[in-house]
Parts: sequence; structure tokens; C-alpha cells
Amino acid sequence: MDIDVESLLARMADEITALLRKRNISDPLMIGIHTGGVWLAERLHRLLNIREPLGTLDISFYRDDFTRIGMHPQVTPSHLPFDLDNRHVMLVDDVLYTGRTLRAALNEIFDYGRPASVMLAVLVDRGARELPIEAAVTGQRMELNSNEHIKLHGPDPLRLSIRKRD
Amino acid sequence: MRQGNIQVDPQGRLRHFLTIEGLTPSILTEILDTAESFAATSEQAVKKLPLLRGKTIVNLFFEPSTRTRTTFELAAKRLSADVLNINVSASSTTKGESLLDTLRNLEAMYCDMFVVRHAESGAAHFIAQHVAPHVSVINAGDGSHAHPTQAILDMFTVRRHKGDFGKLCVAIVGDILHSRVARSQIHALTTLGVPEVRVIAPHTLLPAQIETLGVHVYHDLREGLRDVDVIMMLRLQRERMQGALLPSEREYFHLYGLTEEKLAYARPDVIIMHPGPINRGVEMDSAVADGPRSVILQQVSHGIAVRMAIMTLAMRVRPLAAEAGEAMTARKTK
Repeated sequence: MDIDVESLLARMADEITALLRKRNISDPLMIGIHTGGVWLAERLHRLLNIREPLGTLDISFYRDDFTRIGMHPQVTPSHLPFDLDNRHVMLVDDVLYTGRTLRAALNEIFDYGRPASVMLAVLVDRGARELPIEAAVTGQRMELNSNEHIKLHGPDPLRLSIRKRD
Repeated sequence: MRQGNIQVDPQGRLRHFLTIEGLTPSILTEILDTAESFAATSEQAVKKLPLLRGKTIVNLFFEPSTRTRTTFELAAKRLSADVLNINVSASSTTKGESLLDTLRNLEAMYCDMFVVRHAESGAAHFIAQHVAPHVSVINAGDGSHAHPTQAILDMFTVRRHKGDFGKLCVAIVGDILHSRVARSQIHALTTLGVPEVRVIAPHTLLPAQIETLGVHVYHDLREGLRDVDVIMMLRLQRERMQGALLPSEREYFHLYGLTEEKLAYARPDVIIMHPGPINRGVEMDSAVADGPRSVILQQVSHGIAVRMAIMTLAMRVRPLAAEAGEAMTARKTK
């Protein structure tokens, strides 16, 4: 698949800068969602020169389908090395699809504190939302069939692939 | 083997957790891996997770135990379950209500899991055979038969310190005869591939034909500790001191009590474990129990993570086979 992830990221960084300026936010926190979101957030964190350390979130324990599918052992622990209360958070993920991952991420974030706001930046928005969640910054929108699966490979280089599900 | 099979569903996943026997190395490893994730969560400021939200877990204790009950309760609460603590000896069974009636009543209150401790061996199996299909049972110690969650938390502690089970020499010291912990430890160690498991005890505190479990027997503590990587001490019930099994506490400590001097026979990086509570000056010196090689307090912390893992894995065994394929697809959603 021929998508230049790094140039998408550079554009996303510009859009995030503009968004933060528009909202008058000077000192945001950035949190990446495991695994692809963390790879992207590491890049954006550097590009935007964010002062606070990068936070990482593993939402496995917050999934709403746990009782149906169980969970994957060896969950990477979440790491939020800052106080979230009254801070503006930029949440980063690779693919926005049904919105359920973001629902879980928001639940987990609110277990740590009450941020002033949470904005979402995603590399790919493939539509077909099941929950009312939207990204503030999107790298690329894609129309995919329900039997297609998009995945970010990384961390270096970052590469997107689309596969058909069996 | 028949007893072991009740523990897993047709897909080979954990359903009840009653004994280590009959469980595969992959199930034990899955529990250890899951516990590792929960251990990291327990170290965070916010320790509560929503995994068992809406579930009701009953600590059904027919035998008193503050420590084990507390860690099960804490594990369940950290998973957001509702917890009922029922001390059965002081409750309805003394009014003539049968065990099965008690179970039926608890099931009618929509309970999802029973954590059972009982003085009779096999009690947890009996309950697991009679509960409703949606209920899971965890054995928190039955008679002198098994204490599988203690054994797994011991394995977790060993793995954290030593990494690879495949190169270890482990000694279990003390009252093997009456110890449900020792029996479960031996099965867990051999299942996970520990090449040399030793038991060190006087003749009177060893079951007949213990060698058939794949262990090496020693009666001399110094000889048995030579070059071991892990020492698992067992609790000695003080009441047995007065019986015919042992002459006195003092003599037991002289022969089998762990001291710095005897510890010198083990490997320099040996770790010392004990299921607690310790009889100081009987099973081991305070200097050893509180020394740098003791991991006894870590075992207590690990007990919560391991019990969270076992509860979570046992409770997830709800889906029907037809649902499983759909569920795997759902896992990929974003």
C-alpha cells in the first residue's frame, strides 16, 4: 500500500499545532494508545516539542467485549507519568473505526483523573462508527469494506497494510 | 485425570481452578503472564479495573483464614466485582441447612463465582460438580489436598526472580505430609519443567511414596540445600509438635530450621519463600526471614495479582463455541 506515513504525520503535527493555538492551549499532554498509537505519538511528541513526557495507554482491561473474547495475556501496562487533572490531553491512535477502543481509552483516562479536555488525533479514519466519537485531527480518511482490516506496522519504518479478513 | 478435566472447557480454557493436576503448562503460563499484567496495574496509583464489573463473587470459607480471604477479596474488588464473605461454619449449615442448599440459595442470588476453602479434601471439586453452568469455582485450600492459587503465586515469584524454570533446582522444606501447599507446589514445578525438585523433611512428615511425584527426598537439610536456587519453607502446625510426629520445636529447629549457617549450602543468589504466617525460631531464624534473600512479603503482593488473573481467566469462559469466531473478529475492531 502506497501511503507515506511520515508525511501524513508531518501534516498532522501542523494541524495539531494550529488546533492548539486556536484553542489557546500552550502546554498539552500527549498519550498514545498501544501499540500503533504509541509509535505515532512518539513521532508527534518529538515533532511538537511537547514538554511533558509521553503517556502510553493499554486499554485491554477496559474493553467492552472482555466477557466474550477474554483478554490477551501480557498486557503492556499503561504509563501516565503526570497529573491529568485540569490538563488538556491529545490522545493518539492509529486507526479510528467503531470508536470502542476510544471509549475504553476515555474510561481509563478518567480513572486517572479529570482532564480539562481530551482531543483525538488518528492516522486513519475508516468510518463505520458504532459510538459517537470523532477525531479532531485525521491523517487520512479511507472507505474500507467491513471484511477489510487495516494495520499499522512499525515502529521503524511505519507502514500501513490492508488485508481481507477470512 | 477426571478431576482435572472439570477445570477446563471443551476449548481447553480455564473454567474452574481446583488443583494444578490436569492443567497444561500453557494454562499455567497464561495465568502467570496475565498476573504479570495485573502486577503492573497494582503498582499504579489507580489499582481498580472494570473487568468483573457487575459480577458477584462469594468467598465461601468453611475454615477460617484471614490472609487468604483478604487477598481474594482484594483481588475481586480490584476487578470491580461485588464480594460476599460467608463464614459458613458460623452460618446456615449449623442450622442444619445442607451444603447443596446453601449453594442453591447463593446461586439464586445471581452469584457468579465461589472461592471455597474447606477442611475436607475434595470439597472444592464437589462444589464445582454441583454448581450451575455459569458459576466458576476456585479452590482456596481443601484439607491436605491442594492450595493451587498459593502454588501459582509461588511460581510467579520464582519466575520474577529466576526467569527460566528449565534450569532450576528447588527445595521444599518441612511438613510435606500435611501440606496442601507442598502438593500443589510440586505439581506446579514439575508441570512448568523444573528439572530438580527436592523435598527435605523428617521421615514422619513425608507421605509414603512421595518419589512417585518426581521429587528427590532428603532427610538432611544441609545436604538437601546444596546448590539449590529456591527454598520453599512450609508452615509447621504447632499442635503437631506435641504429637508423636515430632519430639519438640527445639529439635525440629535444630535439624530443619533455616539459619544463615545452613543457607550457605545453597547458591549465593538463592531466594527463600514461605506461605506464611512464619513460626519464627521454628521453621526459620528471624535473620533469614527478614534477610536480603527472603521474598516472603513479595509473595503476599504477588498473591493479589495471581488471584486477579485466575478469577479473570475463569470468568471469561462464557462464550459458546459459535460465539467464539465472531468474538475473534470483534477483537480486531478499533
